Amino acid sequence: MEHRLPPSPIPDVIVCPHCDAAYKLARPAHGQRAVCVRCHTVLIAPRFKAGLQIIAVSIAVVILVIAATVFPFLTIRAAGASNSVSIIDAALAFSDGPLVVLSLSTAALIIFIPLLRVLLALYVLVPVVLDKMPARGSRQAFRLAEALRPWSMAEIFAIGVAVALVKITDLADVAFGAAFWIFALVVLLVVIQDRFMCRWTVWKSLDGLRK
Amino acid sequence: MSDVQVITAREMGVVGCRRCTQVWPVGTETCGRCGKTLVSRDLKSLQRVWAWWIVGFMCYIPANMYPMLQTRTLFTVQQDTIVGGAVELLTHDAVGVALIILFASVVIPLGKFFAIAYLAISVKRKNAASFEQRQLLYEVVEYIGRWSMIDIFVVAILSALVQLNTLAAVHPGPASLFFALSVIFTMLSAQNFDSRMIWDVQARELGDE
Repeated sequence: MEHRLPPSPIPDVIVCPHCDAAYKLARPAHGQRAVCVRCHTVLIAPRFKAGLQIIAVSIAVVILVIAATVFPFLTIRAAGASNSVSIIDAALAFSDGPLVVLSLSTAALIIFIPLLRVLLALYVLVPVVLDKMPARGSRQAFRLAEALRPWSMAEIFAIGVAVALVKITDLADVAFGAAFWIFALVVLLVVIQDRFMCRWTVWKSLDGLRK
Repeated sequence: MSDVQVITAREMGVVGCRRCTQVWPVGTETCGRCGKTLVSRDLKSLQRVWAWWIVGFMCYIPANMYPMLQTRTLFTVQQDTIVGGAVELLTHDAVGVALIILFASVVIPLGKFFAIAYLAISVKRKNAASFEQRQLLYEVVEYIGRWSMIDIFVVAILSALVQLNTLAAVHPGPASLFFALSVIFTMLSAQNFDSRMIWDVQARELGDE
């Protein structure tokens, strides 16, 4: 019986995922970036102690997201009547009939996907930073985290809040709850976490892992 | 015209993983590092792009015809479509917000439909627009498409918050569902586009000279 060897990767070459340009692999120094010359895609961008910083930021995000969903987000008052909502309430506003689907996806886009991505990043990075063997299923975890990247919309929700506030300040008094400020911090930290991470370095560190 | 000469992975006889940039010999089926299916050029990608594009566009039509928001106050019930709501804001002197809404809900989605269609057509023919410009257009489309969701989130916040019993109440309209679907489908359409094809035409044209 013919025994087929698995194909072996070609070392010392890197290919731009956007335009297919091939380059001889040269690892840039910390703080520098390797950029594709023709389409300007950033290929490698390592940072000094990025792993530790990402872990710290990620833990903060997990705690803050949980806090942001528990505490009241906004309170509205007009002519004696008042109503107070949390982020979960806002996400689940589409509750009648077929709009339930929209409720669930809104909740996912603004809370669960950002939270899940951060948890996956922790799962992948903690063993790597501690110089241990990568955790089981690290590749699948990081793959999922990357696939979910465009669907993490916390920062877009923040702009939505700003627009909604302008729309109703004429009609009623709006008071900010604790969750409002916590959520603002979450948005900032999620962006920082995303910026610090060099995908190439993470994949490289998962190289030694058996499937 | 780009004066940078680069060798592509295809010319080298290798294929690069689009997820983790690991390089493999041509013919390798899946990336041994991250598990992504490897293809030198995704020839079926345009079909998927157009399929999602059409579904997205079909959802965008009812999204603009049905009301997005239903506002009930003491004596009146008002239903606003996306454009109607923005015009309403304009008449109340909230020009900045009206422009944000118009930009996020009308300009970005329509621009995105045109941009994806243009990119998908342009890879099939010799084109005047430079490759850098089209790559930039593609990146803008990928980046900015998500921001159309602003209006959905505005509706969500308003409907949750403005529930003051008899005084005033806001409810989401059916357009919100169609609009969200339209945004999601166009995001999928853009994600399915294989941007490496933009640069293949460049290689072909340079070869002709």
